[in-house]
Amino acid sequence: MDTLLQQLINGITLGAVYALVALGYTMVYGIIGLINFAHGEVVMIGTMVAFTVIVSLAGSAMAPLMILGIGVAVSVVVCMVLGWALERVAYRPLRHAPRLTPLITAIGMSIVLQNVAMIIWGRNYITFPPMIGKHIYEFGGASFTNVQIAIVTLAALMMLGLIYLVHRTRIGMAMRATAQNQHVAALMGVDIDRVIAMAFIIGSALGAVAGCMVGSYYEIAHYQMGFMLGLKAFTAAVLGGIGNLAGAMAGGLLLGVIEALGAGYIGDLTGDFLGSHYQDIFAFIVLIIVLMFRPSGLFGERTGDRA
Amino acid sequence: MSEQPLLLEAHEVAKHFGGVKALQDVSLTIRRGEIYGLIGPNGAGKTTFFNCLTGLYKNESGHFVFDGVRLEADAPHKAAAVGIARTFQNIRLFGNMTAIENVMVGRHLRTRAGVLGAITRNAATRAEEAAITRRAEELLHYVGIHERAHDYAKHLSYGDQRRLEIARALATEPKLLALDEPAAGMNGTETEALRVLVEGICRDGVTVLLIEHDVKLVMGLCRRVAVFDYGEKICEDVPAVVQKDPRVIEAYLGGSVA
Repeated sequence: MDTLLQQLINGITLGAVYALVALGYTMVYGIIGLINFAHGEVVMIGTMVAFTVIVSLAGSAMAPLMILGIGVAVSVVVCMVLGWALERVAYRPLRHAPRLTPLITAIGMSIVLQNVAMIIWGRNYITFPPMIGKHIYEFGGASFTNVQIAIVTLAALMMLGLIYLVHRTRIGMAMRATAQNQHVAALMGVDIDRVIAMAFIIGSALGAVAGCMVGSYYEIAHYQMGFMLGLKAFTAAVLGGIGNLAGAMAGGLLLGVIEALGAGYIGDLTGDFLGSHYQDIFAFIVLIIVLMFRPSGLFGERTGDRA
Repeated sequence: MSEQPLLLEAHEVAKHFGGVKALQDVSLTIRRGEIYGLIGPNGAGKTTFFNCLTGLYKNESGHFVFDGVRLEADAPHKAAAVGIARTFQNIRLFGNMTAIENVMVGRHLRTRAGVLGAITRNAATRAEEAAITRRAEELLHYVGIHERAHDYAKHLSYGDQRRLEIARALATEPKLLALDEPAAGMNGTETEALRVLVEGICRDGVTVLLIEHDVKLVMGLCRRVAVFDYGEKICEDVPAVVQKDPRVIEAYLGGSVA
């Protein structure tokens, strides 16, 4: 089996998910300069809600794909409400507080959401029921599944939709204006509170879909899964240049590929001293390197431009 | 001279920054259809007055009545919604958006389509977007920079950026356009073009409140002028009278021994 090709395919799948989650971080950061550390937990809640819906519908006569669709739809709606509520309850009252305050609040919200999830869904790993009959395709010595194709295609469509929304529509234009200068945008009649809420809502919707993808791909879920996923997506956003949409997409894909290649070759590189379960270290090696040599990220503007 | 109805009334507006009294019980009235000048030495409180009016600052006491309704400008977008638009002393465009996009943001207030419309692309949304684009093009034409419509705002020349700020403000369909030192840094030709533009805006039915240091421009354009000094309105009259007022001369030239 061709390791390089195989790991590229796995990396792109993983990267597509990272990119969707990273967009949630970067949209919020771009507009209010807050790193919403609770975003990983929103994604986790998305997975859990989809799980509950799918399990409770599994006995019905509906087609599996239909059940999956309903699960994703419910999870998207729940996460949108959750994202909106987070902003309203936890961040809006701190809009004018020093920057460290909302950051710590975000970490607090993350802990709260994890514990709520633990109470509802328990502390054990949950098996995410596979709703798509898996087909495996062979290509040049590597294999991939229809689930992977669905993940990458859906992620690409959603990212195109987001780009369209941000660059071509009225609300997107208001978002970009707000990101550049909140006060001036407000004076031009843009309702800042609404735009900020919208960034959270859209980011959470993307996160919910990403959560369903993770569930379908790994077929397991856990109340702490959002933590590592969130950190990695955050790394992807920083890698691409936080605040930059294209950067989050590119950063997500790149990070996924780096991680998959790292996991594929780490055994060979270290003489089997370290195994593929060390794949997590690559994301953080990347984060450290980016912060040392190019803190503004691949697509980030020089910080002077933002001031 | 027929008396037009009042558009803006400021009633004893006061704003302090710590011990500094930036505005001390300033009252003034602006009539519909006039060009009203606001002059005074640096630090006299002119821009603070603008900031209170547009909801960027909260004044400690006093209030504004705009078009007969008491202004509760606790959020800047509400000031824009009732019909007050402004430009800035130091230009504040959305630099990373094109000229036409800057103007389209100004249209935000007067349009409706939400996310749902953006996703479904229904006929109403498409028609509205077309109307926004058309109106933005008209406004760029109006201020004379339509040829630069698709250039990034940050790449426009200084004079064009000032014009773009005016176009963006007009896009909100204001009843009152507040211009904060629009002629700052302009040469004679540019200032003359600006004078023609502001006159045209007024003729088209928008009341103009003008902060300006260029005394010649203010005296030529404005029907009435208020003079601020140390946060107080020291004088308000037609330009010819204001120019001869001893308090104004003292404010500008320093304490006279006369």
